[in-house]
Amino acid sequence: MSAQSPTLPSVNPGAPSMKKRKRRKGNWSKFFHHPRAIAGLIILAFFVLLAILAPVLAPYNPQANIFIPLQPPSWQHLLGTTNTGQDIFSQFVWGAQTTLMVSLIGGGLSLIIGLLMGMYAGYRGGWIDGLLNSVSNIFLVLPSLALLIVIESYVKGTSPLIIGMIIGLTGWAFGARVFRSQTMSLANRDFVVAAKLSGMSDLRIMFGEILPNMSSIVATSLMYGCLGAMLAETGLAFLGYEGMSTSSWGVILYMADGGGAMLSGAWWWFVPPGLAVALVGTSFSLMNFAMDQITNPRLANSKRRRKSRVANSGT
Amino acid sequence: MRYFLKRLGFLIFSIWAAMTLNFILPRMMPGNPALILFGRFQGKLPPQALKSMELEFGFSHAPMIIQYFQYLGNMVTGNWGISYTYFPLHVTSLIAQYLPWTIGAVGIATVFSAVIGTFLGIWIAWRRNGIMDRVLPIVTMFMQSIPYNWSSFVLLYIFGFSLSWLPMYHSYSANTTIGFNGPFISSVISHGILPVVTIFISGVSGWIIGMRSNMINTLGEDYVTFAEAKGVSPRRLIFSYAARNAMLPQITSIAIVLGSVVGGSILMEQVFSYQGIGFLLNNATSSEDYPLVQGIFLIIAIVTLVLNFVIDMLYSRLDPRVRTGGAN
Repeated sequence: MSAQSPTLPSVNPGAPSMKKRKRRKGNWSKFFHHPRAIAGLIILAFFVLLAILAPVLAPYNPQANIFIPLQPPSWQHLLGTTNTGQDIFSQFVWGAQTTLMVSLIGGGLSLIIGLLMGMYAGYRGGWIDGLLNSVSNIFLVLPSLALLIVIESYVKGTSPLIIGMIIGLTGWAFGARVFRSQTMSLANRDFVVAAKLSGMSDLRIMFGEILPNMSSIVATSLMYGCLGAMLAETGLAFLGYEGMSTSSWGVILYMADGGGAMLSGAWWWFVPPGLAVALVGTSFSLMNFAMDQITNPRLANSKRRRKSRVANSGT
Repeated sequence: MRYFLKRLGFLIFSIWAAMTLNFILPRMMPGNPALILFGRFQGKLPPQALKSMELEFGFSHAPMIIQYFQYLGNMVTGNWGISYTYFPLHVTSLIAQYLPWTIGAVGIATVFSAVIGTFLGIWIAWRRNGIMDRVLPIVTMFMQSIPYNWSSFVLLYIFGFSLSWLPMYHSYSANTTIGFNGPFISSVISHGILPVVTIFISGVSGWIIGMRSNMINTLGEDYVTFAEAKGVSPRRLIFSYAARNAMLPQITSIAIVLGSVVGGSILMEQVFSYQGIGFLLNNATSSEDYPLVQGIFLIIAIVTLVLNFVIDMLYSRLDPRVRTGGAN
C-alpha cells in the first residue's frame, strides 16, 4: 500500500510535531495556489452562490405553470419553459439549492460514519476491526443505487432531506476503508505511541492526534462523498423518488423525461440540469486532483523514488 | 488455499447479509408494505381464496424468527416467490429473462472501457506533461461526473431523435423473431449501441486515470530506470516492463467500478426502456411488486459479489503477494 504521507500535522498545541506544522501550512497554501484547485473552487463557488441567492435570482415561482408551454430560451425565460408552462430557469436556480444541499448532507453524513467506523476499526484492531471491516466491505461491493432504490421503494414520498440522509447511511464504506488503513499506519507512529504512554484517552488520541494527520484525506473523502451523493440524488430523483413538489436538478430531468422533452425537441429542458451536475462534479474532481498531486509527491515529480518520511514524525 | 477459504467465507457471509437486509428492510418500515398490498384484496375475495393466495405468495403469520429461517430456506432453494404484477410468473423466471440484457450491455461496455482506457492511460503516462496528459484528465473528470441518465438523454436526443441514425427505445424491434437470425441480431446490435456508449462514457475515465497513476508509479521504479539506462527500446520498456506490472491493480478496479456501473445501468435502462434488470426493477418498484423487488436486489447483489470473488481469486493468482499477505 502506498500509504499517503501524513504530512499534515496535529492541531493540538502540545503535540510534538513542530516540524510538520510548517509543512501543513505549505500544503494548504499550495492547494489554494494550484491552478486546478482554483478552477474547481471557482466553479463550485459559482453554483453555491446560485443556490444561496436562489430567492433573489429566480424570476418566477418554479411551480407556477402560467406561461406558454415549451418556449425555447428567450430573455423572458432564460432557459425556456416546460410542457406545462413552468419557467425552467427558476426551477434550475432552486434546483441548485436542493441538489447541493442533498449532496452536502449525503457527503457529510457518509464522511462522519466512515470516519467513525474506519478510525475505530483501524485503531482498535482485533475482532472489532474484523467485524467492522467485513461490514464496510459488504457495503462497498453492494451496488449502492440498487440498494437505494429498494429502500426508497419502502419509504414512500421522501423529501430531499431524507434522501440525503439515506444516501449518507449507505455510502460511507469507501471512506471507512481509506480511514481504516490510514489509521492503522498512523497508530504505530512514534507520536501516537508517545501519546498513549502519556496516558491520553483513546478518544483524544483518535480525534486529537490521528485525525488531524489525515486532514487531506478527510477533505478528499468529503469531496468524493458529495460527488457520489449528488449523482445518487440525481438518479433517485430521475426515477421519481423525490416527489414533484421539490425542484432539484434530478427532478427537472424526471419531469423532462415524463413530459416528453425528447419527442418535442425541447433540449433546453434537459441539457442545463445534467450539465450543471457534471460541472459541479468536475469541480470536486479538480480539487481532488490538486490535493492528490500535492500530498502524493510521486505524482507531482515523475520518476522520483519514494522517500521514507517516518524520520520526520519526531518525538 | 487459506486465502481461498477466507474469500469464500466472505462471499457466503456477504450473500447472507444481502438476504438478511432483504428480509429486514420491509419489516422495519412502518406497516409491512407487503401486507398493505395484500389488504387491497381484503373484502374483494372470499376468505378461503385469500388464504390460498397467502400461501401462494408465501406470507405467514409465524413468529419472526421462524419466518426468517423459512425465508432463508426459500432463497437458498431458489423459491423466490411469485410476482404480483406478472402474476403466474415466478420471480426467478422473470429475472432469467431480463438479466442477460444487462449483463450483455454492461459486460461489453466494461470490456471496451477497460481496453481503451488502459491504452489511453499508458499513453498519457508515457507522454507525461504532453498536451494529451493535460487535456485528457480534465475531460475524464467531466465525463466521470455526468449522470448516466443525462448522457443517455443527450445521446438519444442527438442520434435517436435529431439524426435518427439509431433506434430510440427497447432492446430489439418488435417485428423481428427472437432467435439466432440475421434481422434479430442486427436489431439487437443497433439497439444496443447507445446503451453501451452511455456506460462507456462514464466508465472509461476511471480506467484512464487509474492506469495513468499506476504507470507513473511503475515508471518511477528502479528496474524501469535501469532498463532505460541499458538501452531497452521505448516500446519494450512501456509494454513489457512498465505496463505489465501497472496493469495488475487495474484488475481490482473492475470490482470498484462494478457497483457504480450496475447502478448506472439501472438509470440507462430506464431512459432507453432497455429490457434489462434495472428496467424490471423500476417497473417492480412503481407497481409495488415486492417479491420481484427483493429478487432483483438479491440477484444484483449475488452477481456483483460473485464477480468480486472471481476477481479476488484471479488477482491472487497473478500477484501471489496478496495470498501470503506480503502486500500489506
